[in-house]
Amino acid sequence: MNFELGEEQVMLKTSAREFLDKECQKKHVRAMMDDEKGYSPELWKKMAGLGWQGLAFPEQYGGVGSSFLDLVVLLEEMGRALVPGPFLATIVHTGRAILLAGSEQQKKEYLTRIANGDLVMTLALTEETGGIEAADINMKAKAADNHFIISGKKLFVPDAHIADSYVVVARTKGGVRKENGITLFLVDAKTKGIKVEMLKTMTGEKLCTVVFDNVSVPSANVLGTVDKGWPVVKQVLEEAIIAECAWMTGGARWVLETTIDYAKSRIQFGHPIGSFQAIQHKLANVAVEVEGCTSLTYYAAWTVTENDPNRTVAASMAKAWVSDSYKHATFEGVQIHGGIGFTWDHDMHLYFKRAKHGEIAFGDGDYHREKVAQLLKM
Amino acid sequence: MDFSYSEKEEAFRQEIRDWLAKHTKELPKWWFDRKLKRPDSDSREYHDFGIWWHKKLYDAGFVGLNWPKEYGGRGATLIEQVVFSEEMARAQVPGITNTIGIGWCGPTIMAFGTEEQKKRFLQPILKADEIWCQGFSEPEAGSDLANCQTKGVQDGDYWIVNGQKVWTSGGHYSDWSILLVRTEPEAPKHRGLTFFLLDMHAPGVTVRPLRQMTGAAEFNETFMDNVRIHKSMMVSERGRGFYVAMGTLEFERSGIGAAIGRENTVQDMIEMAKEMGKSKDPLVRQRMAQLYIEGNVVKYTGLRALSRQLHGMTPGPESGVMSAFGMEWNQRAYDFAMQIQGPYARLMRDSKYAIDDGRWQHSFLRSRGNTIETGTSEIKRNVIAQRGLGLPRE
Repeated sequence: MNFELGEEQVMLKTSAREFLDKECQKKHVRAMMDDEKGYSPELWKKMAGLGWQGLAFPEQYGGVGSSFLDLVVLLEEMGRALVPGPFLATIVHTGRAILLAGSEQQKKEYLTRIANGDLVMTLALTEETGGIEAADINMKAKAADNHFIISGKKLFVPDAHIADSYVVVARTKGGVRKENGITLFLVDAKTKGIKVEMLKTMTGEKLCTVVFDNVSVPSANVLGTVDKGWPVVKQVLEEAIIAECAWMTGGARWVLETTIDYAKSRIQFGHPIGSFQAIQHKLANVAVEVEGCTSLTYYAAWTVTENDPNRTVAASMAKAWVSDSYKHATFEGVQIHGGIGFTWDHDMHLYFKRAKHGEIAFGDGDYHREKVAQLLKM
Repeated sequence: MDFSYSEKEEAFRQEIRDWLAKHTKELPKWWFDRKLKRPDSDSREYHDFGIWWHKKLYDAGFVGLNWPKEYGGRGATLIEQVVFSEEMARAQVPGITNTIGIGWCGPTIMAFGTEEQKKRFLQPILKADEIWCQGFSEPEAGSDLANCQTKGVQDGDYWIVNGQKVWTSGGHYSDWSILLVRTEPEAPKHRGLTFFLLDMHAPGVTVRPLRQMTGAAEFNETFMDNVRIHKSMMVSERGRGFYVAMGTLEFERSGIGAAIGRENTVQDMIEMAKEMGKSKDPLVRQRMAQLYIEGNVVKYTGLRALSRQLHGMTPGPESGVMSAFGMEWNQRAYDFAMQIQGPYARLMRDSKYAIDDGRWQHSFLRSRGNTIETGTSEIKRNVIAQRGLGLPRE
């Protein structure tokens, strides 16, 4: 048993930190908030050059062949730097789905291009209910000769405006058991009948509405098995949850460290405010919470790598804890910074907003606590 | 990073399981059936029961896991200790007794004591033939431990000790105590203390039980009236007592066992909630799950701290997590257990309608002390902030 990062993981972490300190400074993050695309294709290519997009894909699909745990180490650094762009959407939400359910040909075609940095993808999953249960999937895909016709609306789809192609989750069969009758499709974004509308968001990250108006998708583009897509979605959601937790943990750690530094240097009443117990105890609490984020996220990532049966509960535990902790860290981060922490100029609000965004992504604390209660057979 | 166990560790786990499969049934019925009456936690009967079970564990080689072999321990790795704690928690059997002796006093003697002291004391500690307690706190020295006033004056080969200790857990059953005494009244307060081993049966030692809010008396006041301690019972040097005591407290903080037992508490609480018809209440489900998650935070953060130790690194700020957060967890958990019981929460042991013979009420009251004993939560947060996060002292 060893809970420390391995030598290669430390190298990955260190090199990612150095690279992002240089290439993804806060002025870039801020510029992308107002940017039409919301990301820098140039930076995207540079990351691909470092092997980031393909990090956790097997070598035969152009990847590096590292583990999910390694990916989590990288995601933590990206979350710390608030890297704008479709990384989670492309690599985790869709890339992992293709890796899990794709045919050999689909894997070759899509994963190789993702790894090269040539393909941006996203998962069109949630609808107007905003939920992530099987019952929330109501968009219909009707089977015809050699193709399916998809009609309906997807909401809160990240980065759909720049995605070259989507994984679309749709209902191909009705019935009482909502888990049955869901199918995944690989859909080219330029297919006739697709309309994308960008939504203005709190973080500046791009969420979209994607309307499908009788969109025709060849049967060859079914990802996995018709009507049996839900188990794939479930597993992808678990991985997406853990990836989100890693991203958030990285941010929470930035908040903790930045606030500690400030508390050491800000002088009031002739002393650094960090010498006051009121401040020390706040920071001790945040530190405890952030350590918990790291512990539960790494444990959950390990269960994915090992295909451990505790994966489901580990993912929900991590998401519940990290959602609350990141939010609390940024709340106290602003408080300890005082007035400056409330300004637009200080970077703290970028994290404050990202914490709220992440809390809501793939279920908040309450949602995942209920999941845990179910898994405990309450 | 690898959260799995090695073959050697799994073999050790099997050894424990085999032993438990054979010996668990020797435990009294009341241990497992929460509906049955159990002896008071501060009674002689309960104490003797603890020693009886302890000796069985000792004979099986499960006592002093972390102690070196040369002192009669097992020399087990930290991970093997985790495995042991996991298995004991899984089987829900009692742990060892003489915990202060084995967890604090023995390791202190090993680290700072003379050869003679090691020979004399270590074996009886392990076997629980001699029970130990700890004499640090005083009425004027709680969080400010260096403020100890108990006075020691040299008289030939002896030290004459006068003063009072307080919160002496298990003092009424103890044969020996580790003791902090002010021997250098002129020195700065941190440098004026000396560490002794005190015979609790020596003339002049009086132990007076203190009744806690639970009604039980687990701890005591200890008075010393011209008690003579031979100079061979000094640990380390004159004036080094505070630093030895700090070392002792470090041993305490490295414990992992409690982190693992929390899942059992949650499971028991779920059973109780089901019996009370509360398990479908969304608020109850939320809080139960939160406790389970928090229990895992303590567990995995504790294991991370341990893993750092294992790889020769000093534990980071996460080591403070287990003590402060874990203690507060107990309080939240048992307070929640009271809430689940609703009106029944007010009934104590021996009441006709008391749930599970009032053991939740006892735990609720007992856990209130958890954020005070072994250092208050406030002191622990100071330590995390100052030593872990590097914030300046006021």
